[in-house]
Amino acid sequence: MDLLDKHEHLAERHKLMLSLGGNAVGLRMEKILSPTRAIIGGRETILAGTNNYMGMTFDPACIEAGKRALDEAGTGTTGARIANGTYAMHQDLEKVLSGYLKREHVIVFSTGYQANLGMLSGLAGPNDTIFLDADSHSSIYDGCRMSGAKLVRFRHNDAADLDKRMMRMADEPGGRLVVLEGIYSMFGDRAPLADFVALKRKHDFALMVDEAHSLGILGDNGRGLAEEAGLEDEVDFVVGTFSKSLGAIGGFGAGNHRLFEMIRFASRPYMFTASPSPASIATVTEAVHQLMARPELRDAIRRNSEQLYRGFKGLGLELCCDTVSPVVAVRVADEPTAIRMWNALVNGGVYVNIALPPGTPNGTCLLRCSVSAAHTPEEISRVIDIFADVVAPDRGALAAAG
Amino acid sequence: MTTSNDEIFEALCGLLEPFNTQKVDLKPTTDISADLNIDSVSVMDFVMEVEDKYDIDIPLNLLSETRTLQDLAVVVEQRISGS
Repeated sequence: MDLLDKHEHLAERHKLMLSLGGNAVGLRMEKILSPTRAIIGGRETILAGTNNYMGMTFDPACIEAGKRALDEAGTGTTGARIANGTYAMHQDLEKVLSGYLKREHVIVFSTGYQANLGMLSGLAGPNDTIFLDADSHSSIYDGCRMSGAKLVRFRHNDAADLDKRMMRMADEPGGRLVVLEGIYSMFGDRAPLADFVALKRKHDFALMVDEAHSLGILGDNGRGLAEEAGLEDEVDFVVGTFSKSLGAIGGFGAGNHRLFEMIRFASRPYMFTASPSPASIATVTEAVHQLMARPELRDAIRRNSEQLYRGFKGLGLELCCDTVSPVVAVRVADEPTAIRMWNALVNGGVYVNIALPPGTPNGTCLLRCSVSAAHTPEEISRVIDIFADVVAPDRGALAAAG
Repeated sequence: MTTSNDEIFEALCGLLEPFNTQKVDLKPTTDISADLNIDSVSVMDFVMEVEDKYDIDIPLNLLSETRTLQDLAVVVEQRISGS
């Protein structure tokens, strides 16, 4: 039997997608013009699906810092920190993040995906139990599996369901870790953090929050959902990424535990991969300074999120979240509809994400937008107009599909 | 009260109904994911329904070796009896 026969169904699904238009899961951007514009298919297109929440990718100070790092430290580190050396700038970034996040310890990872793999496999082991939200990102599922811990999945954003499961598992030996996300990547909804924190009084567990989509956005200082909710002291571990609001690549884990630094020696995704390149580290370090120094970026993304959310509501689109969020996901009837509409949106001049099962909760098909602080009000209006032409006329079909 | 393996199998078939969109004929040897052509998230959602029906937890790591309905019925039986 051919090893890759098992992927035949993927090939067929992809072929069907291509038969309906462009490559929605591998779109070629010919030239990136700005955080919100690119040339796609020879046309200038508004980017509304790149998670570039703060528009940091073209920040002049970040670009300058990256260029300087290339000149001064070279193109790459060529190895892992524990085996091949830590650059001073790795530690400097960890200090800057520690100050920003108000956490004693920070470990930098090479990608956001690896931050979850590294933190979860470093925190939990085969004798422990991890309770994870059903809608968790794949990197959380994979990190949980890597840890070897018992994995208990609870219903999305349902603290009562977690409570029930913790009671059922009360006699299990070992430590317990609960994993939540600040903003869930597909629907854009937030964890009801206070409800989960209240359970800490009843059950003994450590709490980790992945602020990948909320860092820089929620809270007065952009430290995420925990800051917004005033519950930072109750969150034991924070995970985040550099590839969204910070406009680069990499990720981090942070906490105050006295043994936190030992994760560096217990976490394979930290130990056995190359450390982030000098240019990545330098741009992230500068981006954190920018986040701290420019609260107006937070005002802008909140304003833009509000404009897109209200605009879509006004069109009668079915949104997956009942609060304003920088992730605005529109539910559509089925996969062929999602593909057809995605193509029409790109042809109309806006790039958004197509999100299909099993990458989405509850088998939903989504056209997912992410808002940027760098979008102009005119760009947001244009996105709403294009959705009015392409998606709004199909509202009846979704209702019929249930 | 004990729940027999047959009873569990019948109950699993009932809970699987909404996920069995292709209306595959269910047997104890039916592979939940491959034969029913349902994705990994749907399998986990189905298992959540099973957990609620029996008031048990079936840790996800136990599922990696659970392929058929019969395999799952055995796991459910074990979790009910607390072993």
